[in-house]
Amino acid sequence: MTIEIAIILIPFIMAALIPLFNRRLQKSFIGWVVLVIPVSLFLILTTYIPRIAKGETFSHTYWWIPSFNINFTTYLDGLSLIFSLLITGVGSLVILYSIFYLSIKESLHHFYCYLLLFMGAMLGVVFSDNLMVLYAFWELTSVSSFLLIAFWHHRKASRAGARKSMTITVSGGVAMLVGFLMLYAMSGTLSIREIIGNVDEISEQTLFIPALVLVLLGAFTKSAQFPFHIWLPDAMEAPTPVSAYLHSATMVKAGIYLVARFTPVFGGEVVWFWAVTGVGLLTLFWGAFNAVRQSDLKAILAFSTVSQLGLIMSLLGLGSVAVHLGYSTSSVIYTQATFAALFHLINHSTFKGALFMMVGIVDHEIGTRDIRRLGGLMSILPFTFTIALIGCFSMAGLPPFNGFLSKEMFFAATVSITNLDIFSIASIGILVPVIAWIASVFTFIYCAIIVSKTFLGKIKPDILEKNPHEAPVGMLISPFILIGLVIAIFFFPNTLGAYILKPAMSSVYPTFPATAEMTPHIYAWHGFKPELFMTIGVILVGLLLYRYMKHWIKIYRLFPQKWTLNAIYERVITSSENISESITNRYMNGNLMHYFIYIYVSFVVIVAGTFLTLEAFSWTPSLDAPVENYELLLVFIMIFASCALIFAKSRITAVLLNGVLGYAIAFFFVIFRAPDLALTQLVVESVTTALYLICFKYLAELKPEKTSKRVKLSNGIISILVGSTVTLIGLAVINYEKFESISVYFEDSYKLAGGKNIVNTILGDFRAFDTMLEVVVLLIAGLGIYTLIKLKAAKKGDADT
Amino acid sequence: MKINDVILRTVVKGVVFIILTLGVYLFFSGHNAPGGGFIGGLVLGSGIVLLYITYDLETVHRKMPFDFKKVAALGVLLATGSAIGAIFFDAPFLSQTDIYYTFPILGEKHLTTVTIFEAGVALTVIGTLVTIILSISEDE
Repeated sequence: MTIEIAIILIPFIMAALIPLFNRRLQKSFIGWVVLVIPVSLFLILTTYIPRIAKGETFSHTYWWIPSFNINFTTYLDGLSLIFSLLITGVGSLVILYSIFYLSIKESLHHFYCYLLLFMGAMLGVVFSDNLMVLYAFWELTSVSSFLLIAFWHHRKASRAGARKSMTITVSGGVAMLVGFLMLYAMSGTLSIREIIGNVDEISEQTLFIPALVLVLLGAFTKSAQFPFHIWLPDAMEAPTPVSAYLHSATMVKAGIYLVARFTPVFGGEVVWFWAVTGVGLLTLFWGAFNAVRQSDLKAILAFSTVSQLGLIMSLLGLGSVAVHLGYSTSSVIYTQATFAALFHLINHSTFKGALFMMVGIVDHEIGTRDIRRLGGLMSILPFTFTIALIGCFSMAGLPPFNGFLSKEMFFAATVSITNLDIFSIASIGILVPVIAWIASVFTFIYCAIIVSKTFLGKIKPDILEKNPHEAPVGMLISPFILIGLVIAIFFFPNTLGAYILKPAMSSVYPTFPATAEMTPHIYAWHGFKPELFMTIGVILVGLLLYRYMKHWIKIYRLFPQKWTLNAIYERVITSSENISESITNRYMNGNLMHYFIYIYVSFVVIVAGTFLTLEAFSWTPSLDAPVENYELLLVFIMIFASCALIFAKSRITAVLLNGVLGYAIAFFFVIFRAPDLALTQLVVESVTTALYLICFKYLAELKPEKTSKRVKLSNGIISILVGSTVTLIGLAVINYEKFESISVYFEDSYKLAGGKNIVNTILGDFRAFDTMLEVVVLLIAGLGIYTLIKLKAAKKGDADT
Repeated sequence: MKINDVILRTVVKGVVFIILTLGVYLFFSGHNAPGGGFIGGLVLGSGIVLLYITYDLETVHRKMPFDFKKVAALGVLLATGSAIGAIFFDAPFLSQTDIYYTFPILGEKHLTTVTIFEAGVALTVIGTLVTIILSISEDE
């Protein structure tokens, strides 16, 4: 057990322990106890910073399923470190904030349990080197996100939002799994580092591009890229700390992580460049454009997160050009885009986390997040106003805050890419800086909206009636720490660059030597360059558009409501539900007779069909043992009983005749010296008969069937076919010679399994896995019957909730 | 209407004892002779069911205050637990082992860990069987 594995496991262990001490602990203490975990993990991780900055990496393998190449390999390098610091750092602040945000009347133990589950899963994603383990943790983050979004599960919107996010992210995850399997098929390894090592062999294979697309699908759905972003605004139904943590700082960045991690593999492809850059830019614009029209503060922040994720994504796309060009003094300049992406990743977590917490405070203290009902809160919530102001300035890209630095670098990267003449950048490359600039204007506008509509202007009278006041100190600590970082990073960006970003850069570009261009010196002032004019333009045009918003806001109504992505998503979901329901209803019609027909017909078709096509049937009566008279007697008894069964007039006769059949079979087992089978058959037969007798009171009186001759005829034919198929199989297998008999193996049972009774050694040893699972199935079946009978849907209305 | 079932009750008193003994015997004779967890469990279960059929639920429940759902769950726990247990001895999942041990009075006996597994099977069978029959017969 190494520290890295422990870091992943500790949150899970804690999550498992919460229910145990929950009852003994006063409710208000749970949060404090839980807070210990991320804080200590964060501190442990910070001790790695100097060593990782020196270029060390840490890898440990726990052999899990070596025969399938699935091993629990942790790999801690610069890229993992950034993310793990964000996960534990923001995690600590969010838990601290939640202690004050959530009322102790809520089911806090569930909340913290899910949150820890998420934290462990997310750490697992960024630490795993094995694709399968990464995938498992990846889906676990979706599951914990689902649980957290639906935390207030009595609300319909929460449940719908949770389901939507689950549907979209898990579908993307499954696509990603297929992509991983393709990578495995091409490279023969599940280790990401080994795949990166063999990238030259892999990139020429035909599956390479499909694998690329599928992996990107996983990343895009998780990171809410257009057109999959629709789940993120709905996920805002979660409690605000969750939105701050999962849906802005960490989980949605898993896709970013994946793209950065796979840049060394796929980065050289033109498809990768245009998909990542294009989708990123489109998302950047679409998110910012839609944020402006929202009236819920959290919805604005949700779309803004979508937009910022697009920004980071497009930067990673721009940076991938360097992989294509290979290392040279002229190409290394393009790695600066990736540097900016990682830089903005951290910056975004700081200012967006603070902004979400700010919205949480407003919601908590005022009781609404609707900007149409807010206004003038500056005097009531002065500290919160400070948070909002600094956060929004940073998000809009204004100095002296960290967002300014990364925004400038973003502009610089978009401008420098237009100089390239590959990937047909020369023809449409000019669109890159143009879209980036337009999107930034909208970013500026919604930042202005957040600040001015909430905090400036006149206070609405109905707010004053509630006598609002500033949030408790506890709720202010976390956002103020983040705001402090926003300012600190602006003044000391190069410390961050040298210790945190530089090692991450060498993870993204493993073949590049660490040069000055790889970790550029970040200046707040770098002369009159295009990016500075772009920022000035953003501010001027942004202010102008904000001033005259009344006049152009109508353009949002131009888009038909019917064709929004959400409407399309709803239509696809409802229509697929309807179609599957109608198909299912067509054959699951509740008629037991029909079900029997399905089973028997498919049995006959498959088994008899196989026998016929393979010409497997062979029966030589001379090889069979002679039939004795007493055996014939038993056969006649059975024939008589089964014929009588068909014509039985009452159920009790039928049950007894059925019993006759069963006991006769038991006799056969005795004759053929299979005492185990005979015993089992006898006991089972007795128990079944008893069961029948108990069930009698539920069964209707046996009535002559009122079915047509045709139905009777077809039923008869099916029964005869089934009977003859079984008989023929029985005759054919006696002296079957196509395959070698496996029974030789079991004859050695005493030596292999320490038992003289072959039947039992098969059950308990050779095929113990079957037995074990059968036992489990038996229990499930028993419980199924129990619940069906005992817990009959007493409340019919609850069925669909 | 009260059914006069004196004969049944008297017979069952003796027979159940025999059935349960047979069940235990079958369970232990498992590995080298006909028997084992499944059959042993079935016989024991049917003995208990016979008791329930003959006497009313409350009477039997007073004498045997088990929740048979829990018995079944315990069985599954034993079966899977004995399977997982092997991992801690660095052996593959579901590995079993056995020794010969000479007891003071009983003499040399064959002890094997598969007995734990089989006990799990038996308990699950008993639990499930009785649960099913009880829940059907209790239903109004």
